[in-house]
Amino acid sequence: MQSLTLESATDARDAVRAGILPRLHVKAFTGGAIVLAFILVGLFGPALAPLDPNKQELTAMMQKPAGIGSAHVLGTDNLGRDILSRVIYGSRVSLVVAFAVVFVSGFVGIVLGAVSGYFGGKVDFAIQKLVEVVWAFPPLLLGITIMAFLGQGLFNLILALVAQRWIPYCRVVRGQTLSLRGRDFVAAAQCLGASNRQIIVRHIIPNLIQTSLVIGTFAMASSIIAEASLSFLGVGVPPEIPTWGTMLADARIYISTAWWLPLFPGLCIFITVLGINLLGDGLRDILDPRLKRTGAKI
Amino acid sequence: MTSYLARRLAGTIPVLLLISLLVFLLIHAAPGDPTLLLLGEETNAADIAKAKEHWGLDQPIYIQYGKFLVSVAGGDFGKSFKYAEPVIGVIKSRLPATIELAIFAILIATLMAIPLGVWAGSKPNSWIDNLGTTFGLFGISMPSFWLAIMLILLLAGVLNILPTSGRSTYGIAGPEQTGFYILDSIMQRNGRAVWDALTHIFLPALALGINMLGILMRVTRSSILEVMNEDYIQTARAKGLRENKVVWRHVTRNALIPVITVVGLELGTLLSGSIIVETVFSWPGSGSLLITALNARDYPLVTGLVMIYTAAFVAINLIIDGLYAIVDPRICY
Repeated sequence: MQSLTLESATDARDAVRAGILPRLHVKAFTGGAIVLAFILVGLFGPALAPLDPNKQELTAMMQKPAGIGSAHVLGTDNLGRDILSRVIYGSRVSLVVAFAVVFVSGFVGIVLGAVSGYFGGKVDFAIQKLVEVVWAFPPLLLGITIMAFLGQGLFNLILALVAQRWIPYCRVVRGQTLSLRGRDFVAAAQCLGASNRQIIVRHIIPNLIQTSLVIGTFAMASSIIAEASLSFLGVGVPPEIPTWGTMLADARIYISTAWWLPLFPGLCIFITVLGINLLGDGLRDILDPRLKRTGAKI
Repeated sequence: MTSYLARRLAGTIPVLLLISLLVFLLIHAAPGDPTLLLLGEETNAADIAKAKEHWGLDQPIYIQYGKFLVSVAGGDFGKSFKYAEPVIGVIKSRLPATIELAIFAILIATLMAIPLGVWAGSKPNSWIDNLGTTFGLFGISMPSFWLAIMLILLLAGVLNILPTSGRSTYGIAGPEQTGFYILDSIMQRNGRAVWDALTHIFLPALALGINMLGILMRVTRSSILEVMNEDYIQTARAKGLRENKVVWRHVTRNALIPVITVVGLELGTLLSGSIIVETVFSWPGSGSLLITALNARDYPLVTGLVMIYTAAFVAINLIIDGLYAIVDPRICY
């Protein structure tokens, strides 16, 4: 027993020395902390924001950031609106879009991928043709085209972003299902008289959650950037809703006179996306067996 | 190999047809009447009807699509509503600017990412590895349009050392030959114009290439890490080769295959990234043209641009498939 403890302690120390353990923890924890902060700010935005994000103070236009304790900590924009309040409210849109896109596209992608891989044949062919057509569009271009057709709005934006983001789930899940359907536990379930739906929902899909989690984190990061890009181009959410992308679009013409206008919303996008990517990397490192072989993070 | 590529090429035709149908329906179902947008709200009904007849918008949508397909097959995308010129001509005049920008973005990304990725991957867990990994992570997390704005703020607003809009300073560039300003200036032996074009392209190319740089760096690094474990690398070391030779001659050449895939895949992202970066830098390419066309509901121009972008993306993927076999002789189709 004692030798076993000693052995595990030595293993752990070796792992720490090799830089595996602390890295995993630092990455996953830093990322997790940033994502948690982003979720909390989004959820409790109205309570945290010092002012109404759309309140125009024409006597306080274009004020520089004056630091903690002042009326406008991060300054004001060309209409005298408080930047800090707008940045906080902006996180709500990013939060809603990011989670909605990940869940909807995850659901669609996992179901279609599992069905495609499990049944094969004509069903597989039809789903894979759909994947091919949608995937042939350069990213963002389909989003722009759909938004031009549906018009601005939060719901439309989510639809436009889901349009392509279910594909990575579908492709990976299909591949995994192809190998899973030949496994003994599926055969056992079939022998016990389980229906195809039961096999897919109870036996196949639970085995795909781990991989989908990693795809989900990267899909979340890309949807935040895509949402900001579409809003920046003026085809995202309506202009009265403060988002990080619309704030950047508004700031463009004041770049030379007011550096704080583009700085803070952009920084928010960057830090949030960085946090999500760190979390995704951490999760992948933990789930990736190659790590043990190379002794370095992949 | 040839038959595989021929099959792939044939397979892209139905995909392109479906894409054209999807785009055509999406654009035509969009809210906003293009005749009203172009002629103004004050126009009378007779003029609107005349304009609709002129552009064929009064006909049923399937006839419009049928006519569109026939003309596209003949290389004709119709006439732009906004510019009153053939769509293909308008796109042709803007395409070189986008291609030139994309080439420079790829150059910046690959020239920085591959050496950094090789260096980081060959020395796992060293300071250079940590620096490279952090840099890669920053690269993929950076929104290109924010970087574009911050670059304008810093290099043009504060330091005032680089131009921030357009492709050249007025009066410096010579007559257009190919549409590629740098190439034209080199052919005309106009050193001042070459330098001027390079200073104009640097910031947009850097902003456009940053995500690709981050992704390429990460892929190169992990690919190098994988190859370092292969038996033939042990053999190379065992026969007494210097580490530098092992890394550059044996590891890097084998590790570059996934890197090529990523370059190909990222070209699509680069195409869409150009839409936003061109808008920020007022770069007169096809990306900014798409935004102008969308705002004006210029159906033929939008359809033409989306089709060309998508066809380019499909073609790139085909070329990448072909390249595999050249780079790695073990792959045969």
